[in-house]
Amino acid sequence: MHELSVCQALLTQVTEIAIDRGASTVARINVEVGPLSGVEPALLASAFEVVRAGSCAAKATLSITTTAVTISCLSCGAESQTLPNRLLCAVCGGYRTSIVCGDELRLRGIELHVPDPRPAVTT
Amino acid sequence: MCQSCGCTITPGNARLSLDQNGSARTVIQVLQELLAANDREAMHNREHFDEHGVLAINLMSSPGAGKTALLEATILALGDRYRIAVIEGDLETENDAARIRAHGVPALQITTGTACHLDAHLVHLALHDLPLEGLDLLFIENVGNLVCPASFDLGQHRNVVLLSVTEGDDKPAKYPVMFRSADLVVLSKADLLQVLDDFDPARAADALRALGRDTPLIRTAARRAPELGLWLDWLERELAARRAAPRGQPRVNAATAVA
Repeated sequence: MHELSVCQALLTQVTEIAIDRGASTVARINVEVGPLSGVEPALLASAFEVVRAGSCAAKATLSITTTAVTISCLSCGAESQTLPNRLLCAVCGGYRTSIVCGDELRLRGIELHVPDPRPAVTT
Repeated sequence: MCQSCGCTITPGNARLSLDQNGSARTVIQVLQELLAANDREAMHNREHFDEHGVLAINLMSSPGAGKTALLEATILALGDRYRIAVIEGDLETENDAARIRAHGVPALQITTGTACHLDAHLVHLALHDLPLEGLDLLFIENVGNLVCPASFDLGQHRNVVLLSVTEGDDKPAKYPVMFRSADLVVLSKADLLQVLDDFDPARAADALRALGRDTPLIRTAARRAPELGLWLDWLERELAARRAAPRGQPRVNAATAVA
């Protein structure tokens, strides 16, 4: 399935950031995957095991946060949580809705190992 | 800095904390779409279509739902009034592109090998060999697959998803991402409804409506006695809207309320 393509895109983004920051390796990758993203978290995790081999993220932990589907009704304005294939307003039953969250496929952040610790920053 | 309990970690230096092995970790907030690179390339494709005033339609469905047959019937109906071209996507063979070319329409075949979907980069490469000058309408017939193609913007203006009456009428409920991505759903092979007793178009319409976009659902039959009226009407409305849009502007939503 296409989770492999998505993982390759993820690794490209992560590698670019790591190079830009002068990091030697990636410790952790935090991604957000919604039920309507078209990506299955378990398959993404499996694909990541394959794709990360030999890269700067070879030992990185992939942390996947899943979101719930929340919609906003274009008729009555109510927001409700619902199932991915039942995007109807829970208040008025309206069938014109927009997705507030649930379709995310996002790299939220990463943690990098830097070779030389920098001095602590005091505020 | 204390390396055991974190007592000296403040909001200002938290991102430079040491992990248990003593190596420094930098925490970076990114907030970037995973498919950002594909989306950038898709935007470039779309700009290319807009510069030439071409309406680009991404045609998706499960294998065998009748995408190529619908394109052949469309070419026969509209080919003398609009200049059409087709980009075909399949894992193997040039069969579909050959069928289109047999009607005198330029067609370029992308064979993906094992990739189960087209992406913006593949379409970008195809456009190197497909001049858009003078074209009105470009169909991109995606790989037959109700899952993966929905996730990849190709630069198209409209998504059309086919559901044939020989499939289950609950498909929109089973494949919500794909059917929600549709700007139009075509109930293909509709002439077979008279000999099928297990496809309920009303049930398919309910499942589609439950995806919250009020997507129009129209019937077509492409073989023997073609019934294409609603499909051609929709296409001509979209073509008119595209022509009315200033060159280089984002796509315009045409009125598409069809039962």
